[in-house]
Amino acid sequence: MVSVKKLVLDVLKPHAPNSLEFAKAIAEQGRDYHVAITVEEVDEKTETVVMVIKGEDIDLNAIEQTISALGGSLHSIDEVEVINHRSPD
Amino acid sequence: MRIFSWLGFLLKITRSQVIARRYFVVNGFDGALTMLGIITGFYVSGEKNTFVIVSACLGAAVALGVSGFSSAYISEAAERLKELKELENAMLSDLYNSAHGQASRFIPLVIALINGLAPLLFSLIIIAPLGFQSHLSAYAIDPLLASIGIAFCIIFFLGIFLGRIGGVFWLLAGLMTLFIGLLTCGIIFLLTSY
Repeated sequence: MVSVKKLVLDVLKPHAPNSLEFAKAIAEQGRDYHVAITVEEVDEKTETVVMVIKGEDIDLNAIEQTISALGGSLHSIDEVEVINHRSPD
Repeated sequence: MRIFSWLGFLLKITRSQVIARRYFVVNGFDGALTMLGIITGFYVSGEKNTFVIVSACLGAAVALGVSGFSSAYISEAAERLKELKELENAMLSDLYNSAHGQASRFIPLVIALINGLAPLLFSLIIIAPLGFQSHLSAYAIDPLLASIGIAFCIIFFLGIFLGRIGGVFWLLAGLMTLFIGLLTCGIIFLLTSY
């Protein structure tokens, strides 16, 4: 079974909700999600953030839906960390 | 509870709490002062027919409520739609299904309800003593004077509320709005005595 352990996402989001509320909403998508957001650029109505998400098995679809629901859009997936758990033969 | 937290979230992301609070106070003050004016007019004219007084006050209260709701809805809906379009242009994406899209549809309704209900609620509280005329008469209390007293209390408390928001000393803020109420009554007395 392949599971996603880490994602680094480039996201464009409106100023509201702020990064803390955004991070909380993303973290709520998984039981063990660890979310870190860094604001890279601030414009008049939007901001570009880099989102680092760590967890045992990250669900990218759920994260993308949450980003859209909060008014943001996923620009790119900049880094991934995936592990293949091989069942013992 | 879920719907309240959802509405709270939409109010927060659109930064509408301040607008809602301002509408509540401004239109609530409008309602209280209008009722004070009408009831003072009836008191000065010596009108004793409670049915006439209550009908006139209720008519004004309903009109204030409907006017508050419709005017706030029309202006807020237009403002929210404009803000949503500007945000969509900045984001280069359709935000109809996002929290911002939902806010542009629901927040005008919430603000309109606050703007409409505030004067209606305060008006109903002010004219309530007129409904207990027989009970109040037993204690030799003029229901019109009781209504005027309640109106002054509401105006005073709205002043305190505004003072707390603005960081002004509560008594000073309350006395300032009370002065506006007294001034209104004074003008009505002056106009009706000629």
